[in-house]
Amino acid sequence: MAHAATARPPKIMTLEEGLYAGFLAVLALFCLLVAGKAHDTPMSVHGVMGAAMAFIGLFLIVKHYLERPYEPVPQEIGGLPNYNMGPVRFATIAAVFWGVAGFAAGVYIAFQLAFPVLNFDLSFLSFGRLRPLHTSAVIFAFGGNVLIGTSLYVVQRTSRVRMLGEITPWVVVLGYNAFIVIAATGYLMGVTQSKEYAEPEWYADLWLTIVWVLYLVVFAGTVMRRRESHIYVANWFYLAFIITIAMLHIINNLTIPVSVFSSKSYIAWSGVQDAMIQWWYGHNAVGFFLTAGFLAIMYYFVPKRAERPIYSYRLSIVHFWALIFLYIWAGPHHLHYTSLPQWASTLGMTFSVMLWMPSWGGMINGLMTLSGAWDKLRTDPVIRMLVVSIAFYGMSTFEGPLMSVRAVNSLSHYTDWTIGHVHSGALGWVGFISFGAIYCLVPWLWNKKELYSLRLVNWHFWTATIGIVLYITSMWVSGILQGLMWRAYNDFGFLEYSFIETVEAMHPFYVIRALGGVLFLIGGLIMAFNVWMTIRAGEAVDVEAAAPAPAAA
Amino acid sequence: MSIWNKHQFFEKNTPWLMVGILIAVAIGGIVEIAPQFWLKSTIEKVDGMRPYTPLELAGRDVYIREGCYLCHSQQIRPMRDEIERYGHYSLAAESMYDHPFQWGSKRTGPDLARVGGKYSDEWHRAHLIDPRSVVPASIMPGYPFLADARIDARSMKPRLETLATAGVPYTEEQMDNAAADFRAQADPNSDDVDAFLERWPEAVVRDFDGDPKRVTELDAVIAYLQMLGTLVDFDVYDNQANQR
Repeated sequence: MAHAATARPPKIMTLEEGLYAGFLAVLALFCLLVAGKAHDTPMSVHGVMGAAMAFIGLFLIVKHYLERPYEPVPQEIGGLPNYNMGPVRFATIAAVFWGVAGFAAGVYIAFQLAFPVLNFDLSFLSFGRLRPLHTSAVIFAFGGNVLIGTSLYVVQRTSRVRMLGEITPWVVVLGYNAFIVIAATGYLMGVTQSKEYAEPEWYADLWLTIVWVLYLVVFAGTVMRRRESHIYVANWFYLAFIITIAMLHIINNLTIPVSVFSSKSYIAWSGVQDAMIQWWYGHNAVGFFLTAGFLAIMYYFVPKRAERPIYSYRLSIVHFWALIFLYIWAGPHHLHYTSLPQWASTLGMTFSVMLWMPSWGGMINGLMTLSGAWDKLRTDPVIRMLVVSIAFYGMSTFEGPLMSVRAVNSLSHYTDWTIGHVHSGALGWVGFISFGAIYCLVPWLWNKKELYSLRLVNWHFWTATIGIVLYITSMWVSGILQGLMWRAYNDFGFLEYSFIETVEAMHPFYVIRALGGVLFLIGGLIMAFNVWMTIRAGEAVDVEAAAPAPAAA
Repeated sequence: MSIWNKHQFFEKNTPWLMVGILIAVAIGGIVEIAPQFWLKSTIEKVDGMRPYTPLELAGRDVYIREGCYLCHSQQIRPMRDEIERYGHYSLAAESMYDHPFQWGSKRTGPDLARVGGKYSDEWHRAHLIDPRSVVPASIMPGYPFLADARIDARSMKPRLETLATAGVPYTEEQMDNAAADFRAQADPNSDDVDAFLERWPEAVVRDFDGDPKRVTELDAVIAYLQMLGTLVDFDVYDNQANQR
């Protein structure tokens, strides 16, 4: 650095740098204390890990302070916003990494169901511990990094302003990934609350709460300092996603730790109340994490890539408010015929059916944005991926209301049909819209003209699509078959099949499903290679062309 | 036209957009969740229900740790085939002490809400250690490591106390003697059995894992499985008692 020799007033640490450095120093010491006095092995492992990560954070802040110029980072350069894309780049890479890891974990547990010997009688390799690892890796690690990365990109572009904070965005991105690491290693050691999609224990939940509040501060703070008079529609969806997930996360995880030094906690409520709150959370993790957040991605990346305006502004208003209001009611459709009062599950069913309309409102708005640009489906595999994801969104948001109807649910519940439904949404909608967004983002973020290879995108598209088709069709067949076998009676009025016979009947479908997963994983690996090569070897945008940035909103 | 312009209020006003979102997403949850805490049918009291003994609770914690709920539900629906296959449909009261609930969402394996007493301890032992030794077509993972995993009896008291904070009616006596009760329930020859049965009148004392010398996770899990669904006597249960 050139400024070292000249006599200047001493460099002042900003309040932001100082507060985070102090907080991380205290946190690191506290983690060490917990590690030393821990009541159980997972807690001492996590204490050490927490301390190590806090020390790394502290080191990075000090390093940043020592290496940065004296002056604060300019908010604008040459009249254009000086966007802060570092955290976005990190989240994008993390998304690709976690995506491949999560798909691989899914493939492995799919094979375990077909060939149980793959559990190897080892605790940390058994299905019960790896299944939350898979779901959290794909939903929260892959999906979460896609959401955080794209949201921090979109909010800057559509607000035409550098995002709020210098250290805070990094704390959000790195802190979120630290949460993932703690959660994932916890699952392997058997640390779980057993609340589906909210398995991490109390200390991981507390940490995520801090990170999430900071995320809201960065995001909303950036929206508030925008240079555009209107808040862009994608940001409404991102805001709804961030606020609602905060509400769901805090309430569903209200838990009492056995001790500060124990990884074990007991949830505040029991039985029916806990079930109701869990599925209020669980279904809205789908509704707000996997739907609202990814609709925000759709609202930015589809018009951008298609170079067409959004089809209907009014439709986006109606479907936004309808979607967020109706979705929150849908949870109890997971609890038909249980000890939950019937009025509650009926409300869940009714709102789920109503939800079909705003869901398809979003689908129509996304698909019709291609009006006048349909030819791009033939020429641009990235657009094809985005469009097919919206089609899968339409399909799974039709299937969902259908399955929420009590009569259908009596057959489908507890079977693989649910698993198939989840995956048509997760692989088809969330996966493909994420892949599309990543393929758009990588050249923009690393100032490349194009992706390394559009042909590889094409390969990714087709392997993944065939994988999804194998997956969901095999699960439809196995789910409906098993549901029917459970309720089948013979001529004498006895149950026709023992339970284990229905398990045996699933075997071929479990093999087909696992093969579908393998194809989807191969697609993910193709993407990782393509992203890597784009960053490493892609042709740079020449400086003059870069000035009006390629994706200026 | 005019009504659409009104929406600009939200589009130009970040705090109000956030407040609007919060109100929109809060209503459904309040309407659906709050009544569950006072409706008679969801807080019904049923004869026979009692909190888990220390040994059963330890088994339940292992059940949760290993993710059993991911493949086994504990919630029998009121349909003919389920009632014939698994037994009486599940009551809200039967999970009143379950922090958290274990109803599950998938039956890769059978429902376990009333598995208690259906199989012998020996069967459970063999099945947990090597499922395919007793059910050749089973796809369940083996859990041989449970047989060697000791549980520290002293860890039970804080667990009971935490649950008491969450509202489970453990008595002072039950909490204070958690460690002794934990050991006594798995050892019929122990001197503490009488005191245990005084504190836990309905509980079953057995050497669940076949090794009386030590209390393992296998003991605990089998003790838990063997009591599932056995607390309520449906010969005397009155299903109209909680109707209004």
